[in-house]
Amino acid sequence: MNLRVIKALILKYILIWSRTSFRIMDIFFWPVIDLLVWGFVTVYMLKVGNVVPSLITFLIAAIIFWNILYRSQQVVCVSFLDDVWSRNLLNIFASPIRTSEYVTATYIVGLIQSVIVMCLLGVLAYFLYSFNFLILGIGAALLFVNLLLMGWALGLFTTGFILRWGPPAEGLAWALPFLVQPISAVFYPVSVLPAWLQPVAWCVPSTYVFEGLRQYLAQGHLDITYVQMAFLLNVAYMVVCGLVFHFFFEEARKLGYLAKFGS
Amino acid sequence: MTDKVIEVKNLSKAFGERTAVDGLSFDTRRGEILGLLGANGAGKTTSMHMLLGLTTPTSGLIQIFGKAMPAHRVEILQKMNFASAYQFLPYNLRVWENLYIFAEIYGVKNKRKKIDELLGIFELSHLSNHTTGRLSSGEQTRLNLCKALLNDPELLLLDEPTASLDPDIADKVRKALAQLHKETGMTIINTSHNMIDVHELCSRILFMQHGKIIAEGSADEILQKYGSETLEEVFITIARNPVSQKV
Ligand SMILES: Nc1ncnc2c1ncn2[C@@H]1O[C@H](COP(=O)(O)OP(=O)(O)O)[C@@H](O)[C@H]1O
Ligand SMILES: [Mg+2]
Repeated sequence: MNLRVIKALILKYILIWSRTSFRIMDIFFWPVIDLLVWGFVTVYMLKVGNVVPSLITFLIAAIIFWNILYRSQQVVCVSFLDDVWSRNLLNIFASPIRTSEYVTATYIVGLIQSVIVMCLLGVLAYFLYSFNFLILGIGAALLFVNLLLMGWALGLFTTGFILRWGPPAEGLAWALPFLVQPISAVFYPVSVLPAWLQPVAWCVPSTYVFEGLRQYLAQGHLDITYVQMAFLLNVAYMVVCGLVFHFFFEEARKLGYLAKFGS
Repeated sequence: MTDKVIEVKNLSKAFGERTAVDGLSFDTRRGEILGLLGANGAGKTTSMHMLLGLTTPTSGLIQIFGKAMPAHRVEILQKMNFASAYQFLPYNLRVWENLYIFAEIYGVKNKRKKIDELLGIFELSHLSNHTTGRLSSGEQTRLNLCKALLNDPELLLLDEPTASLDPDIADKVRKALAQLHKETGMTIINTSHNMIDVHELCSRILFMQHGKIIAEGSADEILQKYGSETLEEVFITIARNPVSQKV
């Protein structure tokens, strides 16, 4: 891999999103709306009573972490879509850029945006809902990394589908995270899911992150088994999604789609 | 070292039932400007995309700079480049930003100088700070040519480079390309429907029809073979004759 190439691609994506109002809103607006809505829901629940105060913290923390996963998945496939939409894909792949360099660049942009979103929501949560993100300490970093990895894997998976199936598959970029959300125990524990769905939920890395997060907030220490399980599953997801992407990329080359979608 | 920049043997591409390129074989010598001619759908663009490693051939062999494509894709692409009238650069970036990014990708040594020089050649210097999306299609086309020349390519593929240019600008671009070719000795493959382009620039022409080469030679040789006055006439004769024989 050539660092110079990766750097150039990162610069390109940063310039593109910093100049596109919709991309800026993806970072600074929608996540904030998410936090506000859920934050006020929790405030309301508190007022109505009958709620354990820790539920508030659960929900606020969950919304921050969910946005990390969502951002990292989004950036990977939307960066690719930006190249398709600006009819620049052909120029990119007619240049001496390895697929691995291309993917790495989108990963790093995903990391940058996830960090921005995490910091932004962390600060807002502190001032609006007195939720101090920093109390999570190093544990937060471990959970963050796992959500980032899962987002990368899902992003690559989505990009593969878009490469192979073209514009009809573009919606998947936004849909996939929300297909995963109900079974990854973001806002409620796995135990509330129907029994038959629970084993499925335990196959999703983010499930371990959110279960771990709740336990961490409730008991004050992070059970490292959750982190380990999430990480192991993430490695498997990265490999499988990488293979899916590779397969669809080669298919797209055979079908001439790399050239077609780019023009 | 071999004098052949490109060697293509029996190259074919089928998209399902449709054969886009059918047993194409040709060589290009260093420094020549090869014109790839043929009606719409003859397989010119598909052939170029295979040379660029964007499309996988159904069968056949491609060697560029003596190396197999796509096995040595990155190595080969480092020394070649490509421009098409149907490709664009990200529209919300400034002209120089787009060129800077590609210069960085190709590892161009003196980026600023190279970019200024190319913008000058294609009369775009005054647009350097403009948003790329604001350029007219003729300006975009010239910007694509700047991008394509950033790495001083040894091999340049041009897919209808003058398609959206008015005759005046087309003439300027042609002259600029001829001049650059003279200075650098790069090899160029050029598909164009503009017969003036072809006549003025190309030292050798391949006429394609239904994915096959049906005529080959210098412009004069081809005119002689077909007993025609202009390449335009030859083009029409070939295009209207459903099964042309190779001459
Ligand atoms: N990705 C693709 N899928 C299916 N058919 C294609 C694809 N790309 C090109 N073709 C077909 O292959 C033939 C050659 O196209 P092309 O190489 O673009 O011709 P030219 O550039 O000479 O006009 C055409 O019939 C075209 O429709
Ligand atoms: Mg074409």
